[in-house]
Amino acid sequence: MVRTVHDPELPYLTVEEMGMVRGVSLQEDQIVVSLTPTYSGCPATDVISEDIEKAVRAVEANAKVEVVLSPAWTTDWILPSAYAKMREHGLAPPEGRSADRAFLMGQGKIIPCPRCQSKNTTMISAFGSTACKAHFKCNDCLEPFEHFKCI
Amino acid sequence: MTEDQHIQAILRLGDDTLVLGQRLSAWCGHGPILEEDIALSNTALDLIGQARNFYTLAAARENQGRDEDKLAFFRSDRDFQNHLLLELPNGHFGDTIVRQFFFSAFALERYVFLSRQLMDAEVAGIASKALKELQYHWEHSAQWIIRLGDGTEESHNKVQQSIHDLWSYTGEFFEADEVDQAGFEAGLLPNLELLRDTWNTRIDDCLQKATLQRPEDGWMQRGGKQGIHSEHLSYMLAEMQILPRTYPDASW
Repeated sequence: MVRTVHDPELPYLTVEEMGMVRGVSLQEDQIVVSLTPTYSGCPATDVISEDIEKAVRAVEANAKVEVVLSPAWTTDWILPSAYAKMREHGLAPPEGRSADRAFLMGQGKIIPCPRCQSKNTTMISAFGSTACKAHFKCNDCLEPFEHFKCI
Repeated sequence: MTEDQHIQAILRLGDDTLVLGQRLSAWCGHGPILEEDIALSNTALDLIGQARNFYTLAAARENQGRDEDKLAFFRSDRDFQNHLLLELPNGHFGDTIVRQFFFSAFALERYVFLSRQLMDAEVAGIASKALKELQYHWEHSAQWIIRLGDGTEESHNKVQQSIHDLWSYTGEFFEADEVDQAGFEAGLLPNLELLRDTWNTRIDDCLQKATLQRPEDGWMQRGGKQGIHSEHLSYMLAEMQILPRTYPDASW
């Protein structure tokens, strides 16, 4: 059931593909879904939490979502299947591993345009429409696009 | 470190991030350009998210039936223990950016320590997430300092004035009281003297690139950690808290 829940900000991805579901366990007759938020202040987390509870309660009434903050979520946990879907929807997926600090700060990192694959792109702003995205533009096809920040 | 001091240390982390997050959120819809409006609002969102995590943790630890909302909306000005710098009015864009610049350098270094300490795994978890967010906040404010300082004569003069105006609020970051001292001895909180060195390096490097002067250290403001605030905090809290205090069961 948890697999059917989608991220409200990225509706073409499930919370499982986002790497947010840490596990599902049975604790004294209660189903407990462990969820790790992507950003501290992501407003989608509350909605996701409610959606998961709703989905699980459709089959088992005694269920709850437990928020797990440690270890902290990282883009490294996003499943490979999500990357292709992001590109299809015009969102450039995270590049590289989060442990690389240069990647974290976008230094020397090339983000290919998800539309024309050109590597000739420029960051317009490190802050995009949601906490997890940065704003880029492609210097070849001239389209603006969003990039899922690598954290 | 007593249990009470431990909870107080977590609450302070929540107070710092909530108060600055609330201040910054007032920029939403008023940013000088669209990208900047989004950047300031995103930063506010990160900070308020961090506050929620710290408050939820503090509430669970004190186990007195309070939750994050009770801690945010049903405590009075004297109960808040944020640094004074963070409660100051936004001023003009330069004032806001300088405040963000001073705090981000401090918070970033503080989170580096908190994410690595082994005394409290839950604090470390919140801090390791917050640390990545603060990297962005720091980078963003530092780039603005350089752009404004090394920009036009007017932007240079304005941001230099902001630095002078806010400088006396930076000393409080590094003045350890009993909670800081106990936290340091227990391994939960950083040594504020060492933090001052790394903060100085960050600030000095950036000011130099920005062709801005570092003010002389003089008399420093203090009192936030003891709940002795400027009048600004009370007005800010009044506005922030009025709805839940008037209609305690309100929901949407």
